[in-house]
Amino acid sequence: MSELLSANVLTGMLNTMLTLATPLLFAALGETFSQRSGVVNLGVDGIMLLSAFGAFYVVLTNGSLFLGLVVAMLIGIAMGAAMSFVSVTMKAEQGVSGIGLQMFGLGMSSLLFKVMVGTVKTVQGFPRVRIPLLAEIPFLGPILFNNNVLVYIAFALVPICWYVLERTTIGLAIKAVGQNPAAADSRGINVDLVRYGSVCFGAMLAGMAGAAISISTVNLFQDNLTAGQGFIAVALVYFGGWTPVGVMFGALLFSVANSLQLWLQVLGVNVPAGLANMLPYILTIVVLTISVSRGKAPAALNRPFLRGEN
Amino acid sequence: MAYCGCMGDNASVGSKIAISKGVNRHRHDWRELGIRVLVPAAGVIAALLVSALFLILLRANPIAAYAAMVRGAVGSTFGLTQTLVKMTPLLLVGLGICIAFRAKCINIGGRGQMIAGALLTASFALRFGHLPPVVLLPMMIVLGFVGGAVWGFVPGFLKARFAVNEILTTIMMNSIALQLMNMLLQGALMDPAGIEAGTFLAQSARLPDAGRLARIVPRTLLHSGLFIALVMAVVVYVFLWRTTLGYRIRAVGLNPQASRYAGIKVPAYQALSLTLAGGLAGIAGAVEIMGVHYRLLEGFTSGYGFTGIVAALLGWLHPLGLIPASLFFGGLLIGADTMQRAVQVPSALVNAILGLVVLFVSASTVWTQRLIQRFRSQETAHE
Repeated sequence: MSELLSANVLTGMLNTMLTLATPLLFAALGETFSQRSGVVNLGVDGIMLLSAFGAFYVVLTNGSLFLGLVVAMLIGIAMGAAMSFVSVTMKAEQGVSGIGLQMFGLGMSSLLFKVMVGTVKTVQGFPRVRIPLLAEIPFLGPILFNNNVLVYIAFALVPICWYVLERTTIGLAIKAVGQNPAAADSRGINVDLVRYGSVCFGAMLAGMAGAAISISTVNLFQDNLTAGQGFIAVALVYFGGWTPVGVMFGALLFSVANSLQLWLQVLGVNVPAGLANMLPYILTIVVLTISVSRGKAPAALNRPFLRGEN
Repeated sequence: MAYCGCMGDNASVGSKIAISKGVNRHRHDWRELGIRVLVPAAGVIAALLVSALFLILLRANPIAAYAAMVRGAVGSTFGLTQTLVKMTPLLLVGLGICIAFRAKCINIGGRGQMIAGALLTASFALRFGHLPPVVLLPMMIVLGFVGGAVWGFVPGFLKARFAVNEILTTIMMNSIALQLMNMLLQGALMDPAGIEAGTFLAQSARLPDAGRLARIVPRTLLHSGLFIALVMAVVVYVFLWRTTLGYRIRAVGLNPQASRYAGIKVPAYQALSLTLAGGLAGIAGAVEIMGVHYRLLEGFTSGYGFTGIVAALLGWLHPLGLIPASLFFGGLLIGADTMQRAVQVPSALVNAILGLVVLFVSASTVWTQRLIQRFRSQETAHE
């Protein structure tokens, strides 16, 4: 156990933690926007899967990481538009349509992978970028400033998302639509448009989350690559009390558990694998139970808006 | 009890009664049924058309692909029995999802509940294999129910007591069950024969003969679990429409607020509905290992949890509507394998089709409701 406490291992572990937190953070920040506008998008996992494949395929054939990321974002927006159409325009039950989107993403990504790639192949993902000077800071430097570009973007998005939600007119409109769509409507806010925008933006971030796995962390694609991380991201939004900063702490908490488990295996410490694998899910349930009681959910969450009926 | 039922009757459905008590009720019942069948059917057709587009993009002939699907599902005795084999767990899981939905709970936990049920069933049968079949078989089914019910109770309790979103907890319970099963199959439950042979397959020892369901058609996998599923469909129908408990579950789903005023403990009934849903999925798990695999093994749930949701939606969340719906999706799953061989399109396409069906059908619910409302108001106008 003494090895576990050595500085090198601790640095490695915390660095891994940031990498693992990145996809969760992207997806959960996106879902925060979606839910603040009143739409629960349960299809995040499906969006992540299809985008992860899209990004992976582009990088595999064309080689451009940037293009891969853009494709992932576009796939996200397209699937977000589909989700919005079904749940905002058609007023469908959001839980059900989200599951539909998830199944579609799962099936489609697996289908395309089998047809277009076939076997497990790896790609060269986003490289680590050492930020000069800052990376030299003892202990913290190698943890915080020696990551790939998506990690930086994800964490930079936290204050940006906070600013947009709390300090801009757009953010105000999103929150109004999620809190009291009828009132927002009477003030001249186009409820459906704001919801479309929020869901699509959220789905775009979910697309980046997919890319953050397939072309920046594991650098490959396989069936059900995300293993349910999209659902954990949705849970993190509840845990984070629908705020970007809260969501970030949630993502970090989850990945610290995961990274600890990975490093324990690396160090050969004997933890029953099954138990360690169960832990994140048990943790999610516990965390959901604790966080729900805080009750800061947008009032119109999960409710389609029909003029004159709400 | 009967009195309470009446109370619930008047109060909870209050506003709806005015509509549904129209004198000429049965005259438009047929039209309503037509809408309820045709609109979702249109959703399925739309999903198949969109998938045809994907098939064309994948340079496969969609007509040949769908023809292969139909041929595989119903074109031969063996195909037909396979369809019925797939239908069995779909129907059982779907029945549970239907009960949960009726109480406004979305149960995504079919998979985990199947696993929990099968785990308990298998553990019991492997320990008490010497019991005579008359005792062993019912015990195994009951334990399947219990295992699944426990797995459904946890999200149900958390929803009732702490208002935790049941969609997320049921999904997490799926992963926990999966990891638990994998852990046990690689440890305590691993087949001793596999250990001896050095293969270390993640599967349990074979179930004792006394713990297997009889095969109905020789040289096929079709087993008597189908009858269990069909009987359960009738039982669930009677439960939901002919008992006070079932009535309250439906009242809670139709109008939670009115139910609360009528003195119905809404959270308790939601927890109950999720527990029962879990139990039914648990029976599905038990029946699947007792009738098809004769052992517990990794991946035995093969997507029934999610497909069961689709079947339940398409069966209008009605136990009897689920029978044709689960037959259809059973056929789709079997047909997909034939399609994969015939036109070299991976059967993963089925998942995409299922996803599209869910999206289209859930999008069309509003239309269904609007059309029905329109007919009803027309009828009222005539009077």
